[in-house]
Amino acid sequence: MTNRPDDLRVVPGEVPDDATLVADFTPTLVDVGAHHLCPGCGEPVAIRAVMDALALLDLADRCVAVFGIGCSTAFSNNLDVEVLQALHGRAPSVATGVARMRPELAVFTIQGDGDMANEGLQEVLHAAARGERIVCIMLNNGVFGETGGHLTVTTTVGQRTKNTLEGRDPAQHGHPMQIAELVAGLQGVAYVARGAVNDAGNVARTKRMIVDAFTVARQGLGFALVEVLTMCPTGWFVPTDEAPAYLADTIASTHRVGVLRSELP
Amino acid sequence: MTDSIPVRGTAVIDTEACKGCDLCIDACKPDVLVMTTDRTNTRGYRFPELLAGCTACRACADVCPDFCFQVHRFETPRQWNGAWS
Repeated sequence: MTNRPDDLRVVPGEVPDDATLVADFTPTLVDVGAHHLCPGCGEPVAIRAVMDALALLDLADRCVAVFGIGCSTAFSNNLDVEVLQALHGRAPSVATGVARMRPELAVFTIQGDGDMANEGLQEVLHAAARGERIVCIMLNNGVFGETGGHLTVTTTVGQRTKNTLEGRDPAQHGHPMQIAELVAGLQGVAYVARGAVNDAGNVARTKRMIVDAFTVARQGLGFALVEVLTMCPTGWFVPTDEAPAYLADTIASTHRVGVLRSELP
Repeated sequence: MTDSIPVRGTAVIDTEACKGCDLCIDACKPDVLVMTTDRTNTRGYRFPELLAGCTACRACADVCPDFCFQVHRFETPRQWNGAWS
């Protein structure tokens, strides 16, 4: 770095003819890359990981996404897969109906932590206990981003939100709930993992978890849940460039990243 | 000091799509992305620019929430000195 003059800048758009394209602007199965989510949001990256997994398993024409309510809902129109919109927290139940009537399809939900854990915890727990052959993806940022950034049940102790400005205090606000651990303890569950999108390594790891989750569900082994820790710098009151480290230090110390349960042969 | 640096790839950056979140700056292992300090795109956001030395690891594209990066890999390292050689 020290011997590189600052004015030695590569001209934007200038690419030699024999170069190999390794990453393009518009990701696979994402029709429109532009969206109205905040700068530094982790949700587009997480949803792209899901789309990449579907493309990898060649399921793009044989899948149905069921979206919950949250910031991520705004991104559902950008996707090149079939999308159903469920009411708050009810996506696992809608997905159950679709999966039972059309067992040949890969059915999955995309929900935030507020949607899945606060508004519809019973839906995901019952779907998991029934061993439905669906994949639930929970994008966990610890805040209700869409409605202003207030506390959810997964908000970690000490985390600042709009209504815990001094940080979450267990004496006043209770303790956080670890959804992946909760679901992993149920019978009927075949795969549970928690990933993150705070760096390129974790993005690749999360993508592999999602591929495994779809593989398990497609083989009829049972219910699959992948929780993905995403950044919400707006809700966390941190600068966008500090959000990945905040996720690693604060969020991931309570919500540990890794595979919690796998029935994958 | 150095007029040309061997590079293994390059990135085309859609600066108009950028929202200036800086995530790519920390993600870039060769440390060849820098944010503008005196210029913004038409929406008022600062945006990253590429210095010579890209390795085409595509970490920038993997972490970018706004899909601003198109990454190209060279089969043999090239020199950048105002133009590719």
